[in-house]
Amino acid sequence: MFDLTIRKRQESLGWTAVLIYSGAVAMALLFSAGLLFFQGNSPIEGLSLLLEGAFGSSYAIEDCLIKAIPIYLCALGVAIAFKLQIWNIGAEGQFALGAIGATWVAITFPGHSSWVMIPSMMAAAFLCGGLWGVIPAVLKLKANANEIIVTLMLNYIAILILDYLVYGPWKSPDSFGFPMTQEFSSGAIIGKIGETNLNWGLLICLISGLVIYIFFKFTVMGFELKASGENVRAARYARFPYGRLVIISMLLSGAFAGWAGFVEASATLNRLQPTIMVGYGYTAIVVAWLARLNPFYIGISSFLLAGLRVGVENLQLELQVPAAFGEIMEGLILLTILAGTFFINYRFVRRPRP
Amino acid sequence: MRKVLVLLVLALLVAGVTAQAAEKKMKIGFVYVSPVGDAGYSYAHDVARKAIEALPGVEVKFLESVKEGADSERVFLKMARNKYDLIFGTSFGYMNPMLKVAKKFPNTVFMHCSGYETSKNMGNYFGRMYQARYLSGMVAGSMTKSNVLGYVAAFPMPEVIRGINAFALGAQAVNPKAQVRVVWTKTWYDPAIEKEGAKSLLDVGADVIAQHQDSPGPQEAAEERGVYSIGYNTDMSSFAPKAHLVAPIWNWAPYYIEVLNSVKDGTWKSGSTWNGLAEGVVDLSPMSDMVPADVKATVLARRSEIKKGDYVVFSGPVKDQSGTVRIADGVVPSDQDLLKMGWFVEGVIGTTK
Repeated sequence: MFDLTIRKRQESLGWTAVLIYSGAVAMALLFSAGLLFFQGNSPIEGLSLLLEGAFGSSYAIEDCLIKAIPIYLCALGVAIAFKLQIWNIGAEGQFALGAIGATWVAITFPGHSSWVMIPSMMAAAFLCGGLWGVIPAVLKLKANANEIIVTLMLNYIAILILDYLVYGPWKSPDSFGFPMTQEFSSGAIIGKIGETNLNWGLLICLISGLVIYIFFKFTVMGFELKASGENVRAARYARFPYGRLVIISMLLSGAFAGWAGFVEASATLNRLQPTIMVGYGYTAIVVAWLARLNPFYIGISSFLLAGLRVGVENLQLELQVPAAFGEIMEGLILLTILAGTFFINYRFVRRPRP
Repeated sequence: MRKVLVLLVLALLVAGVTAQAAEKKMKIGFVYVSPVGDAGYSYAHDVARKAIEALPGVEVKFLESVKEGADSERVFLKMARNKYDLIFGTSFGYMNPMLKVAKKFPNTVFMHCSGYETSKNMGNYFGRMYQARYLSGMVAGSMTKSNVLGYVAAFPMPEVIRGINAFALGAQAVNPKAQVRVVWTKTWYDPAIEKEGAKSLLDVGADVIAQHQDSPGPQEAAEERGVYSIGYNTDMSSFAPKAHLVAPIWNWAPYYIEVLNSVKDGTWKSGSTWNGLAEGVVDLSPMSDMVPADVKATVLARRSEIKKGDYVVFSGPVKDQSGTVRIADGVVPSDQDLLKMGWFVEGVIGTTK
């Protein structure tokens, strides 16, 4: 007889990893198909409706990309902090502050051309979101406050600030008392790309992703950040400026989430209103982890997650399954992929009994 | 000759098939902000959807739990691209996304509930729920012993404020000492938070709990403490059989069928519709046996007065919280004023912020 023991893998798996992840997704789809079957629907029809709704037409791809933009920016942000093992759960609040900053510019200086408005809104969103991220960083360094708690609590405060503004001083005079600002002037709205429904926020994603990739791959600070994340004590011993790294990673982290808020307010809603908060900041944490904090993979995983959410709508509409089905499917996929990650990091070894 | 006959038969067949195709089903879509199983607001709309589904010549679909903002825009876009003839969106936050999509798809009729924007092919509609709330306030005002009525409310927006004011006026009409205490939950559907909100009102002495929420959480809180409650949206008595006195309720089916028929025969026109008790879109659920017969009679008498137009809910004089007269004696406020209402009447304790 023999025992099974678990060993950490020393070597990288390469293409086998892709196989494991595909297997995980396939298993989740199989479970979902089973659920569809028990509901009295055809599983094959259901899954093909899902795929068709997500990726089956140029409209569908467009919809997925639009939905992926804010998720991508938030996830890129949290990934920077996570690399340093700073657990930023506050992308939601940083997103809100970014939207607030951009809106302040848009409604305070209306009527300028987009060449002036868009860059200044971006700068305001960067600053507001970034500084909202720096608060927990400073508290961590000076007061040893746990950043998980602080960032989480700051989310609630940020949403309350947003509510205060749209219910109070920023409420549009012609909204019949409903909580929303006036519509942005055309210069403050991010335009659409050509004839498509896509907005130029996509370009912000591409450039941000590229910059962060270069930052980690080719700059000294990027290296210090990565290395400190892997071992804080070693980093301190090597005289890396740990405090500065924490501040900068949280600044960038918050700034990208802030940009997501800016893009949502400007391109999608064309104004600020409470409905802007739909939880991208929390989705981002999952997306960043699934993508193992790599900017390129984050792109893929936010696109796929957006695809899942868009596709499930099609499934719901055509087969009239309940909305909870989509959430169950999403949960199943995350669960199987997490299980798959285990097999990528560890392996079972047969050990003969002595 | 035979060939000609065969051709004729074929031609007739083809014509028949095309005629049948022309008589295609009308596609109707409903978009809800919360799940339909919530016994609340979306549930009330969905009851009407089912009534429509039973009609011939229609294909009805719905999507539930669709978030306001970007997600709703995509959903409307999808339905419009799939050539839906008529789309109902039942949450305020759907207004601007719907307006954007409506401009791009002139052949689809869009109907938005609870907002104010319209366009060539987008109309809006709502119900004068405040009339039914006034009546439920009369019931609450008659049944309270402590003269403190608790009101668990969602968001400080005109629709909700108007409902609270009407409720307070109704209570004061039968009990001048009645005051209404308001707590804002900032949620539409969150059973736990809404139940807690009700408990906080019970702690300050409220002995009737009313609500502008979609969950039955406040009803359960009242049932547990052994006090009375007033439901909302649908008859919620099954959630709190010993507490539930009455509920102001929605009855959308007749209006939805009317809209559907007007779209079908091409007479639909964009505009704003604000029907009330008279048209039957809002009403009171049956009153519980706990309500004494004389109270029932008074409330039902007022109901028929409002129905006939003999009594108007916000007719002056109406004072605000500071005692200033906001609606002068004998004045009937315009619908515009009611739609913008952002202040509380005298006797309401709480802020509109």
